[in-house]
Amino acid sequence: MRGLLRLAFKLLVNDRAKYAALLVGITFAVFLMIEMTSLFAGILTRSSATVINIGASIWVMDPAVQTVANTIPLPDYVLDEVRSIPGVKYAVPLYSGSALLKLRDGAYQAANIIGLDDTSLFGRPRLLQGAINDIFAENAFIAVRDSEFYKLENPTIGTEFEVNDHRGVIVGIARVASSGLFGVPTLYTTYNRALQYIPSTRFTISYLLVEPKSAGDVAGIQRQIAASGYLALTKEQFVQKISSFYKYQTGVGTNMLIMTVISFIVGLSISGQTFYTFVLENLEKFGALKAIGAKGHEVVAMILFQAGFVSLLGYCMGVGLCAALIWLARAHLPDYAAIVTFPNLALAFGMVVVIAALSSYFGVRKVLKIEPFDIFRG
Amino acid sequence: MPATAIQASGLQKWFGDGDTRTYAVRDVSLEAYFGEILYVVGPSGSGKTTMLSVISGILRPDAGAVKIEGTDIWGLGNDALADFRLHKIGFVFQDFHLFPRLTTAENVAIPLILQRRAWDDALKEAIADLDVVGLKSRAELPPVKLSGGEQQRVAIARAIVSRPEILIFDEPTASLDGETGRNIIRFVRERILTDRRCIVIVTHDARIYEFADRIVRMEDGRLTGIERGTPNAQ
Repeated sequence: MRGLLRLAFKLLVNDRAKYAALLVGITFAVFLMIEMTSLFAGILTRSSATVINIGASIWVMDPAVQTVANTIPLPDYVLDEVRSIPGVKYAVPLYSGSALLKLRDGAYQAANIIGLDDTSLFGRPRLLQGAINDIFAENAFIAVRDSEFYKLENPTIGTEFEVNDHRGVIVGIARVASSGLFGVPTLYTTYNRALQYIPSTRFTISYLLVEPKSAGDVAGIQRQIAASGYLALTKEQFVQKISSFYKYQTGVGTNMLIMTVISFIVGLSISGQTFYTFVLENLEKFGALKAIGAKGHEVVAMILFQAGFVSLLGYCMGVGLCAALIWLARAHLPDYAAIVTFPNLALAFGMVVVIAALSSYFGVRKVLKIEPFDIFRG
Repeated sequence: MPATAIQASGLQKWFGDGDTRTYAVRDVSLEAYFGEILYVVGPSGSGKTTMLSVISGILRPDAGAVKIEGTDIWGLGNDALADFRLHKIGFVFQDFHLFPRLTTAENVAIPLILQRRAWDDALKEAIADLDVVGLKSRAELPPVKLSGGEQQRVAIARAIVSRPEILIFDEPTASLDGETGRNIIRFVRERILTDRRCIVIVTHDARIYEFADRIVRMEDGRLTGIERGTPNAQ
């Protein structure tokens, strides 16, 4: 069979024009599919940036919360109630809101403010510069060095700004796992300072962060909190809830899906037609092979090998091209959100398999239909 | 008396059914022997290509039997029949049907590759057979770079590379000028035909009749006569 496949390989690659058209079609389709889905994956990851960066095991919130950015403040008694649930190791409040900063040059800049529990500083970021205890100093804020950092005019330790007519001072520079979705920089401070500096509603707790005593306690904690009329989600569940919101309740998911499907159709059209033409051009030769003594399944194997080879190569080239362009884009555009994930790659691979299968299906049908007698008959 | 290579008896082949049924081959019986070139001649539409397809295991007859070296080929399953053709029968098609994207040597090696021979060995044998047909120097060229006569010789090399005992030629001179056609058939007669090989040629090119041992005439699907050729007239 190796000789037959080598024959099939030579038939494919020696027809350079069609081989190039097939490769370009599949590469381009894979590139577009991965680019689209990676962009979407990047957006989804960024939409959950606060959840990922804080890293709490369980998040308690109002059931109406859809995304981490749209908080519905909780009354203080909920904190006490949660702390009293058996299985809770500890529970701390978190402030998450936005504020308008007045920078040194007088420009205004919106920012996310994360207020960490004063006693534990649970969810604090990893510091690149400064000491974490300085967060307790007067007017202290920690700036996050992410893709939006430059919007704070690249502050250093000691850089001052105003927030709601209060003086703010940068006491540390930190890094986090994920940048936010909305293109605004992030500042960390203490929970109480956040309440003090930023206008608040009657209730002030954005989320309660809960650590269970053991993984087995999670379900019980969720049940008890639900009985109180609130919602407790694990980190993964919260990320999933946010993803679902962006996928199904905004136009983002639909638009990305449409673009991905269009990419698939483009790839299928180009490679399908080209491959079908390729088979048609060789149809009589395949008929001659059958007359000489090739069995039907051997000719089918040759065609499937050709489709499989060109699809796999096109897939690899598409992945490489996409990875290179994303790397290049991220090097020059800090806000660029695309992330290549294994599910993206698997989805694109699945679609390439479908392209290969459909492209070869029509060719195989033709080849199986042709009778060696047709070759004699001319 | 030479041994029988092909024995066809009571062959019938029709297309369509009912009122539209058309007989392509009607009650044909014939024998072909090792060491001979048998021509099947007749006007267009006389059924000679259909008959050739039936006796070479390509088109199943509606009635009758074909034995090649004693094997009832239409009693074989599809895969077994394909294997039988691959090992026992060599084909030279009217339009050659060479793969334009392969080299001449690779085209010739195809039957050996189908027989699962190692690629390099198959190519080596193909080049040896190209030498037989005088085209060793063209081994690395694609067939499109060759003349019609050269392509025909490549097709012959492909047909003989697996050492089949039966060779089937379908209108071998149809795409060639008169002189080239005669040279090709003369070459077949002198270099390809052996005591252990039977060659059946379908043609309506009267210019090459002189190379036949026997000539079978067909008309309207029936054999209308078998006559001895004059192979020594060449």
